Amino acid sequence: MLPIGHYLFLGLALFIIGAIGVVTRRNVIVILMSIELILNAVNINLVAFSRLYGDVAGQVFALFIIADAAAEAAVGLGIIIAFFRNRETVLEDEMDLLKW
Amino acid sequence: MTPTGYFLEHLWLIPLFPLATASLMLLVGRRLRKSAVSLFCVGSVGVSFAYALGAVTQLLSAPPENRVVQHILFEWLAPGQMLLSSGQVVPFTADWGYLLDPLSSVMVLVVTGVGFLIHVYSIGYMGHEGGYYRFFGYMNLFMFSMLTLVLANNMLLMFVGWEGVGLCSYLLIGFYFLKKSASDAGKKAFIVNRIGDAGFILGILLTAVTFATIRFTSAGLTDTAANSGILQALDGALSAHALAAGAPVLTTIALLLFVGATGKSAQIPLYVWLPDAMEGPTPVSALIHAATMVTAGVYMVVRMNAIYRLAPLAMDVVAVIGVVTAIFAASMALVQNDIKKVLAYSTISQLGYMFLALGVGAFAAGIFHLMTHAFFKALLFLGAGSVIHAMSGEQDIQKMGGLWGEIPVTARTFFVATLAIAGIPPLAGFFSKDEILGRAFERHPALWIVGFITAGMTAFYMFRLVFLTFFGYSRADNHAQKHIHESPRTMTIPLMILAVLSVVGGWIGWPASLFGSNQFEKFLEPVMSSAGATESAKAVQESSTTEYFLMLASIAIAVAGIWVAYEFYRTKRFAPELVAGKMKGFYRVLFHKYYVDEIYDALFVNRTKDLGTLLGQIDAKVIDGVGVDGTGWLARFGSTLSMWWDKWIIDGLLNFGAKFTQLLSFPIRFLQTGTFSTYALLILVGLAILLAYYQQHLHVVLRGAR
Repeated sequence: MLPIGHYLFLGLALFIIGAIGVVTRRNVIVILMSIELILNAVNINLVAFSRLYGDVAGQVFALFIIADAAAEAAVGLGIIIAFFRNRETVLEDEMDLLKW
Repeated sequence: MTPTGYFLEHLWLIPLFPLATASLMLLVGRRLRKSAVSLFCVGSVGVSFAYALGAVTQLLSAPPENRVVQHILFEWLAPGQMLLSSGQVVPFTADWGYLLDPLSSVMVLVVTGVGFLIHVYSIGYMGHEGGYYRFFGYMNLFMFSMLTLVLANNMLLMFVGWEGVGLCSYLLIGFYFLKKSASDAGKKAFIVNRIGDAGFILGILLTAVTFATIRFTSAGLTDTAANSGILQALDGALSAHALAAGAPVLTTIALLLFVGATGKSAQIPLYVWLPDAMEGPTPVSALIHAATMVTAGVYMVVRMNAIYRLAPLAMDVVAVIGVVTAIFAASMALVQNDIKKVLAYSTISQLGYMFLALGVGAFAAGIFHLMTHAFFKALLFLGAGSVIHAMSGEQDIQKMGGLWGEIPVTARTFFVATLAIAGIPPLAGFFSKDEILGRAFERHPALWIVGFITAGMTAFYMFRLVFLTFFGYSRADNHAQKHIHESPRTMTIPLMILAVLSVVGGWIGWPASLFGSNQFEKFLEPVMSSAGATESAKAVQESSTTEYFLMLASIAIAVAGIWVAYEFYRTKRFAPELVAGKMKGFYRVLFHKYYVDEIYDALFVNRTKDLGTLLGQIDAKVIDGVGVDGTGWLARFGSTLSMWWDKWIIDGLLNFGAKFTQLLSFPIRFLQTGTFSTYALLILVGLAILLAYYQQHLHVVLRGAR
């Protein structure tokens, strides 16, 4: 069995890739996909610790997060489509309505 | 014992027949056929005439002193308090009642009889005109008003008729209302009459407060205590020495009523509307502006003769105004070229004669002349209408001539009427005019001389009219000449009947000096006040030598007038143009009718217009300028002020708060970019800082995990 550090490293790598994606990409769809990566990094951590401590609750949490991610993707894409209909753009730097 | 009978009981029907057809015409006349309109309207006047004839016949069956019938139909104005000039308070009442006595008998017969003939004539004359039903509706309304006027038993009801005829006169003068001159003439007649009516109504009010009643007489009424009349009140005041002959209040009443008469009967200074009134259709000129309405003033003065007899000053005014009007109008008639204008000035002149008669106390003679004048002047106007009809609407006598053979009936009847008005015996005009002149001579020879000269002028201008119209060669253009034709039977038969009346109408007043008995004056005697009885008794004893001399003089000047006209316009021994050329200034003054219209325009009409303009200016400048615009300016100024307050103080405070907050938020504001990625980055940076800060604790967590 691989030591926990490898899992954590994979999770960290996924998290960093996702975070960089969220901060740097302009396309909201890509940002959503990056968020999925972050969620998956969390899942890996949960599952890894679940195995480590022999406690199945962590895996249950991971399943919840997967369901949550699916719902979130559906809602997010819905918002993006609605937004696109209004503004004809999916680029996040043009979505500056929150300002002031 | 007052006379009774079916027609006397139904006196009120006489004015009602024309009123019924008038309302029919004015309400639904448009949908009726012309034959139906003629049948109804002419028929109703005919029935009125028949009823009037019946009523007068029944009145005549009574002995002379009982010849008065008075019916009160209903109380018209409910009694109200009235303060008399003597200080008493009495109830004032006016009733709707009819009075038939010898005076109103004459009037009602003239009005319905001549009116009926003119209605028959109108069937032919108006046959080709538009608004046929409208014409007859107005004519019948006029008949109603005129009959109300002459049959009224009190002054106020008389005034109703008086205003009614004025209204119909206005409507009928302006009958061709699309013509500017016609509608202007209608307005002029109406407005000039208003001035006279103001005098009349003041006279009525003064009578009411002086005598406590406006009923002419209580004769013919049963309950005399409750139904007093002016005559009785006057007698009472005389016997109680409250009033005497020449009392100022009587003179004032007489003069005020005479102001009304000058308006309606076209006397100086209010005669100016009558010549213009010739714009109306010719039957209207005949009926309203010659035979009936314009004589209303004469009738009214005779009706009030009791008061006039006690006001010698007013009588002198009436006589002088009358005789001056007579000669003044006759002189204008000398040079007019419009056939109807000549007749209009002639009418004014003859009305002047009537007032001369009233002014010298010959009331019966005035009414006598009124009646004969109604016959021959109606005939002259209808004849003139027939001539105009034949000449395709031409009214200028300079463009006529040679019509004697072309339209024989019209020409011969016109000639008869001309002889009558010129005063050739034994035609109607001779007797009435001669009686007036005789009585004027007794009063003052100067009045007689003026009237005498006027008689000569009358003969001259009437024969000038006849010679220029019917004799010589035709001066009409080819088109009119081709269309000359005698008028239809409906027009010529009234002419013939009126011609007969113009001949024999004067015979009922055949004077005593010529082996007659002057039936007419005797007939009217009961109506005449006894107040001046001594004077008239003296008058009867005039020497017959003087009377014969005056008669011969009248005939002589009439013949002289005819001879001069003959020499001027028939043999052309004197050319009228040469005479006119020699007296150029005088001719021009006459031709322009003494510039009276221009003077009135300058003195009154334009001043009234100036006043109107001034008031308009005040309205525009002061009322609109200061009042309306000022209020508007004030409101605008107020709102500007309030807007400034709103903008700078109310909003300013709010904006100041907002600006202040904005200023405070200056550095922090830049953190909020609205861009998602910035926030995500900040979260990450924050997370990294937090993690770095809690590094040791992180170790604990991680250690635990391990």
